[in-house]
Amino acid sequence: MYEYLNNIVGNEVITYFVVAALPLFLVVLPFALIAVLAERKVSAHMQDRLGPMRVGYHGILQTVADILKLIQKEDIIIPQADKKLFNLAPFLVFIGSYAVFAALPFSSKFIGTNAEVGIFYILAVSGFVVAGILMGGWASDNKYSLLGAMRSAAQIVSYEIPTAIVVLTLVMITGTLNLGTMSEQQTAYFWNWNILGGAGEGIQQILLIPFMVVAFTILFISTLAEVNRTPFDIPEAESELVAGFHTEYSGMKFAMFFLAEYANMFAVSAIIVSLLFGGYQSPFGYLGNTLGIPALIPFEQLFWFLSKGVFFVFVQMWLRWTLPRLRVDQLMTVCWKYLIPYAVFNLLIVGIITLI
Amino acid sequence: MKEYLKNTWEGIWTVLVGMKVTLKHLFVPSVTIQYPDVKLPLPERARNRLYVNMDDCIGCDQCARACPVDCIEIETVKALPTDDLGVTSNGKKKALWVTKFDIDIAKCCYCGLCTYPCPTECIYMTDVYEFSEYKREDLIYNFSVLTPQEAEEKKKNYEKFMAEKAAAKAKAAAAKAAQAKTDNPNNSDKK
Repeated sequence: MYEYLNNIVGNEVITYFVVAALPLFLVVLPFALIAVLAERKVSAHMQDRLGPMRVGYHGILQTVADILKLIQKEDIIIPQADKKLFNLAPFLVFIGSYAVFAALPFSSKFIGTNAEVGIFYILAVSGFVVAGILMGGWASDNKYSLLGAMRSAAQIVSYEIPTAIVVLTLVMITGTLNLGTMSEQQTAYFWNWNILGGAGEGIQQILLIPFMVVAFTILFISTLAEVNRTPFDIPEAESELVAGFHTEYSGMKFAMFFLAEYANMFAVSAIIVSLLFGGYQSPFGYLGNTLGIPALIPFEQLFWFLSKGVFFVFVQMWLRWTLPRLRVDQLMTVCWKYLIPYAVFNLLIVGIITLI
Repeated sequence: MKEYLKNTWEGIWTVLVGMKVTLKHLFVPSVTIQYPDVKLPLPERARNRLYVNMDDCIGCDQCARACPVDCIEIETVKALPTDDLGVTSNGKKKALWVTKFDIDIAKCCYCGLCTYPCPTECIYMTDVYEFSEYKREDLIYNFSVLTPQEAEEKKKNYEKFMAEKAAAKAKAAAAKAAQAKTDNPNNSDKK
């Protein structure tokens, strides 16, 4: 990707900017646009309602109308707020979720940076989100914001641990931190995906399957908690905390938080996909190979990566409209008493299996 | 330890059961309708906005008297013998000009009591239920078909007619009295 663009443009700086902006305009913004509508439609139909129906056919332009409304809104900064931090927070949160996209392997030819420490970088950079949320909550001078921010920080920090342990398990099997390489290892057909034991041989692959399912469950639950979505949305808890850490934000700054939330949803789904579900690999082989057009393959890979990611986003929405919110103590119980012990045992057992 | 594993299993299993239920509902046709475009049919005897068919109204004032909240105001003027007001749909002859027939629908309690005594069944509940207004005055409905000028004219006509009639009556009475006096003056003491 980078070399190709560099050949066209001929200037390194411009190429870097283009490569950096591509996921934003190709993936994040269209995805947020579609996902907000999809969320409302999915929730509506799960509750036997219709959802937005007035703007465009079956309300497909509803999000566009919402964005136009948000742009027109006044940007209110309350006088008691710490202005600098208050203004910085939404951008920091968005940077945190957008930086993750740099290391995601969208296709074999389209990786922002094919860094050797890909997944480690993602885990590290998602810490920005905690800082941004805490900053926004604290600078708002609002008890609800502060409570929401503190809960959010406690939650995200707690749930990073099972995430990290499960990621470690997978790193142990694949032997690499590079998400691009990890995806390449799961090539060809879906039985080579890590959820079905990876590309290993014989008995080892079969033995790994149940432990990979456990790993997937833990990873899914903990990443869901990291993006602050129901059933883990106690930082936002509408019934208790108004809107949590973004209570005092309005207009475009609120939209930034919103965009960051949806970008984060896709980011964690993409992490699950590249770790366990074959990354950008097609489950049935490529049309480009059958037809003899190798140029088609990267686009197919992009399609598979995006559709797998969107599927997991759908599961997140599905879960959101199935379960009520957890209490704070229940949330901590799930993390410290259940997910972390299971993740550690899973790590041990997978380690023993890989030694066989 | 056993309970711990059971807890975990139950946690995951119940979530899956819940997810099955919501997934099923994803494909159930929705129960909501697109309200302003699609409306549910009302029950046959639903009571909503009142309507008066003035062609049939004979100005009998029974609906106004039946109304428990006094939201109907009717004023009538008797018709002159020369006026032809026509007949109602069930054959009653109209004898009154209805100069004012106001219903303050803001006061109306939709009891429907005004519709029962009406001899010609000209006041009835319709199925219109969306009639909000920005001003309260707009909720007073004027049903009278006469313009204020016409109403004034009818009133004057009637007064004139009555005055003429009274004058004629007085004249006739005076004439009668005078004649009676001349006919038998002695009889007046008998009563």
